[in-house]
Amino acid sequence: MNGLFAGLAAGLRHVGKLTIDGIWRLGFATRFMFAVLLASGQSLTRIHLTIRELYFSGVLSLLIITVSGLFVGLVLGLQGYDILQRYGSADAVGVMVALSLLRELGPVIAALLFASRAGSAITAEIGLMKTTEQLKAMDMMAVNPIARVVAPRFWGGVLSMPLLAALFSAMGVFGGWLITVVVIGVDDGAFWSQMQAAVEFDYDVLNGIIKSMVFGTVVSLIAVFEGYDCEPTAEGVSRAITRTVVTSALAILALDFVLTSFMFRG
Amino acid sequence: MMSRTALDLWVGIFVAIGFAALVFLAMKVGSFSGINGSESYRVEAAFDNIGGLKVRAPVKSAGVLIGRVQGIRFDTDSYRAVVQLDIDKRFEFPADTSASILTSGLLGEQYVGLEAGADVEPLKEGDRLMITQSAVVLEKLIGQFLFDKAAEPAAQ
Repeated sequence: MNGLFAGLAAGLRHVGKLTIDGIWRLGFATRFMFAVLLASGQSLTRIHLTIRELYFSGVLSLLIITVSGLFVGLVLGLQGYDILQRYGSADAVGVMVALSLLRELGPVIAALLFASRAGSAITAEIGLMKTTEQLKAMDMMAVNPIARVVAPRFWGGVLSMPLLAALFSAMGVFGGWLITVVVIGVDDGAFWSQMQAAVEFDYDVLNGIIKSMVFGTVVSLIAVFEGYDCEPTAEGVSRAITRTVVTSALAILALDFVLTSFMFRG
Repeated sequence: MMSRTALDLWVGIFVAIGFAALVFLAMKVGSFSGINGSESYRVEAAFDNIGGLKVRAPVKSAGVLIGRVQGIRFDTDSYRAVVQLDIDKRFEFPADTSASILTSGLLGEQYVGLEAGADVEPLKEGDRLMITQSAVVLEKLIGQFLFDKAAEPAAQ
């Protein structure tokens, strides 16, 4: 009987510790976010730092975004054609491809790829800097590591995400066009004209861009925070990278639901 | 210094490609609707029944898109639905224009169709369309049909 109570107490203690740790981390993350925003003025005046990060998170993600967008478009075109031709409306395949890419798949998949391609790299870099005490050394030389290291990476991610999502959607539409018009033989004029009649810039395109901006901000913030907050060991860095990818994916999918329910209620 | 300019070149290419994709999405995939608040005038039309008409549904005349449904509200005085239509400033209509709620295709979305009248006065901001025709409600149509069928043998 005594052993049972002891086990129960230990379990409760564990749950309590996890809860307090989680809330503690959340508070630290919030304070960290404000510190990054406060320090970002400095990183925008020394723009070459941000340009460098734009290269690492934006340019180096170009290939995976382009190729994935193309394949997603190809699949959407095939599936859309297969379903729509049963109802005799294969011409509307362009509408289906464009709307599903612009509203959902473009921002979401681009953000997921961005989190695993660029977000993990940011976490690894900052985590390793912390492990090798470079951040501490900077602090000692009166260089603010948040302004010098964290803020440029954050802004590089925020700026490159909408462009990558737009590129993903454009490549997807091109892929859908390639498979349905060129390979299957849907009418070219009907494909584009139906798409243009159904897709509106200030509703579908703009809301997609807003989504990708939100995702870019969230993923960049998670990536820099996990790197900055990691345990300064080899194992800690690897765990922080895993957490970046997992937390980002969950945040993207949950936020996507919230944003969609605000934006597209019909 | 040399490596930095190469970096700038790549970032420039990246930004250019990103904006090109945005322009492609804006111009080729979506079309600017071209009907914004500033370039349109608003008129109202009261209907007995609007069927499945939605806000932002198209307003068409002779099959051409000329505006959008801006709002739908229920008038508690007349117990009718009042639909606000935003019509592009480029298109002027006579004051006795009639509005009806139509369906595009068999299963398509519902839209407001305008048919021009013969008045010399044009429609102005805030006017109300007097002649309206409600949406066709399938249940009423079937009911009418059954009623007519039932009435037929009695007439003979």
